[in-house]
Amino acid sequence: MSTVVYIPNDSAAISIGADQVAALVAQEAVKRSLKVTIVRNGTRGALWLETLIEVSTPQGRIAYGPVQPEDVSSLFDADFLNGGAHPLALGLTDQIAWFAGQDRVTYRRVGIIDPLSLKDYEAHGGLVGLRKAVKQSGADIVAEVTASGLRGRGGAGFPAGIKWKTVLDAKADQKYVCCNADEGDSGTFADRILIEADPFTLIEGMAIAAVAVGATEGFVYLRSEYPTAIKRLCDAIDIAKSAGVIGSSVLGSAHAFNLEVRVGAGSYVCGEETAMLESLEGKRGVIRSKPPLPAIAGLFGKPTIINNVLTLASVPAILADGAGAYAARGTGRSLGTQVFQLAGNIARGGIIETAFGITLETLVKTFGGGTLSGKPLRAIQIGGPLGAYFNSSQLNVSMDYESLAAAGGMLGHGGVVLFDDNVDLAQQAKFAMEFCALESCGKCTPCRLGSTRGAETIEKIISGVDVPANKLLLLDLCEVMTDGSLCAMGGLTPLPVKSAMNNFPEDFTGGAKK
Amino acid sequence: MAKLWGSFRMSYPSWSIEEGTQVLSSLKNVQGPVLIALQAIQERFGYVHDEAVSLIAETFNVSRADVHGVLTYYHDLRTTPSPVRLIQICVAEACQAVGSRDLVAAVEKKLGKKIDQSYADVEIKSAYCFGNCALGPAAMVDGQLMGRASVEKITA
Ligand SMILES: Cc1cc2nc3c(=O)[nH]c(=O)nc-3n(C[C@H](O)[C@H](O)[C@H](O)COP(=O)(O)O)c2cc1C
Ligand code: SF4
Ligand code: FES
Repeated sequence: MSTVVYIPNDSAAISIGADQVAALVAQEAVKRSLKVTIVRNGTRGALWLETLIEVSTPQGRIAYGPVQPEDVSSLFDADFLNGGAHPLALGLTDQIAWFAGQDRVTYRRVGIIDPLSLKDYEAHGGLVGLRKAVKQSGADIVAEVTASGLRGRGGAGFPAGIKWKTVLDAKADQKYVCCNADEGDSGTFADRILIEADPFTLIEGMAIAAVAVGATEGFVYLRSEYPTAIKRLCDAIDIAKSAGVIGSSVLGSAHAFNLEVRVGAGSYVCGEETAMLESLEGKRGVIRSKPPLPAIAGLFGKPTIINNVLTLASVPAILADGAGAYAARGTGRSLGTQVFQLAGNIARGGIIETAFGITLETLVKTFGGGTLSGKPLRAIQIGGPLGAYFNSSQLNVSMDYESLAAAGGMLGHGGVVLFDDNVDLAQQAKFAMEFCALESCGKCTPCRLGSTRGAETIEKIISGVDVPANKLLLLDLCEVMTDGSLCAMGGLTPLPVKSAMNNFPEDFTGGAKK
Repeated sequence: MAKLWGSFRMSYPSWSIEEGTQVLSSLKNVQGPVLIALQAIQERFGYVHDEAVSLIAETFNVSRADVHGVLTYYHDLRTTPSPVRLIQICVAEACQAVGSRDLVAAVEKKLGKKIDQSYADVEIKSAYCFGNCALGPAAMVDGQLMGRASVEKITA
């Protein structure tokens, strides 16, 4: 009998050697005349354990990691194919505390299955939601999504069901479903991993959305920085089409749904939904004024659902298990689970999916293990480049939309970036302004010019020039940007800047810190 | 179907109108084709030659100014030939937290080149997140993603 060995083909795992490890495992097996079947699964999300090898045994999957290419022959010596003892042995994967403490709903199949095996996908609960959906009315599907409490995971947290209802009720000869896979926020990678590890879940979620509102065309706007995800999703779409999951008939029903991948071109602001529509139409990614809402007049002027990858990828589970099971998780108006991403200077970085309401402390300490450098944790940026910087005395905040807003921050796409005491928050604030200047679409003066002005002003503060006056000027600038910007690019850039000033005043006293 | 816009190659054919026309012919049925046309041209030739702007304008019946507007808007699109080697270093926050500023300085020093300037042989370019933020600093070297990047690994 051949032993099944799982070795991830996730791009992050590959970036630190997973392909070499896989090649060596295959080589060693041949050399030792052992029968091994290597399955290239997605990552299970514990990036700190990559390359994580799992061996299928009668007791379950047994993990070894982080495996370096030079560890491979010693793993064979230790009889890892039968779960043998080895310094890198981690026991049953599911019992590793880092995994056992999570509640994987959207990510239920991530890392478990072969990403491009539709058979594997179905064997692990795939297509249950879509099969239900094709037998239901659009209104019933939308009601289910609404009842689940699912909110947009792209940043704004708008209730998905309400958006879908608007598109459902719009009368038009053509409607679209667009998935926002631009994932531009630093410190976020949950969209990428889902697409690389379980692309059929996204396809299924989009098909459910299309069936619900009567859309026949879909686009995934995927950033060019993710070549592996682009390739995998294109392959998965081809497979889903030939299997009749999507295409001229969705699972044999009267619904048609065609899906295409469109690749971004390196613009952060094209992650904003109306800029994304402009880009999908082949134009400059300049923000559109709202109204009209994209749900009424979106892509090519037609009613369009726009949702983040994680929003759409949560829908199959919601339909399969029922809205109640999803809504039973979480807290207040933040229902269900959030796929958090631990990044930056972190000992145990990766994906943590849990119900909303976990504390920041549990995330960064219990799961994350603190900083990678071992030096004191000094700052945490939550929610990407437009998110706030917190200091290490603010770790008791509950990770949900409302609590983070009350604490002066925002959840964004769920990225949590740690910094040790090397960080200079004045430099980080300056970077926030520079990034805004670089990525501004140019439509509003406060965003386009204010950001450049802001970076210059922070530079003056850093160099110790007229510090009190320049701090006041900076706050004024922030106010103008907040009030005078059409979208959150200019409107929220003041958030990292002001939170850095408030939570780390000692870094804004003039004179370089180090 | 798998169209890999933007993936870097070490060498590209030189620009020709005939080949450019052929690239665009596959996009005749695309709604809103300008961006995708520019991406397809760059995918084939490594950059967008000035003549390609006119060619796209004629082929899809849009103004040259419109094509030019799109070309200059997007960071990915380039108007100078692709270098032989391309080193993209992530300079966004999560990678800053693990030393990407120092990494950039070290790579600049070792190669004697400035980041974000054009060279024919090796270019170092800033990038803003490859989704490898738990294993930073991240870099993309000749199209290959690298985690825990170091000056040694990048210039190996
Ligand atoms: C500057 C800017 C960048 C954004 N980038 C993204 C992104 O990369 N991915 C995303 O899903 N949403 C992004 N958004 C939010 C989108 O505008 C939009 O709210 C979201 O795609 C809607 O989907 P959701 O309701 O499922 O979250 C961005 C917004 C702004 C202002
Ligand atoms: S705030 Fe900035 S990015 Fe947003 S519309 Fe205005 S100029 Fe464009
Ligand atoms: S911030 Fe560098 S890879 Fe994401």
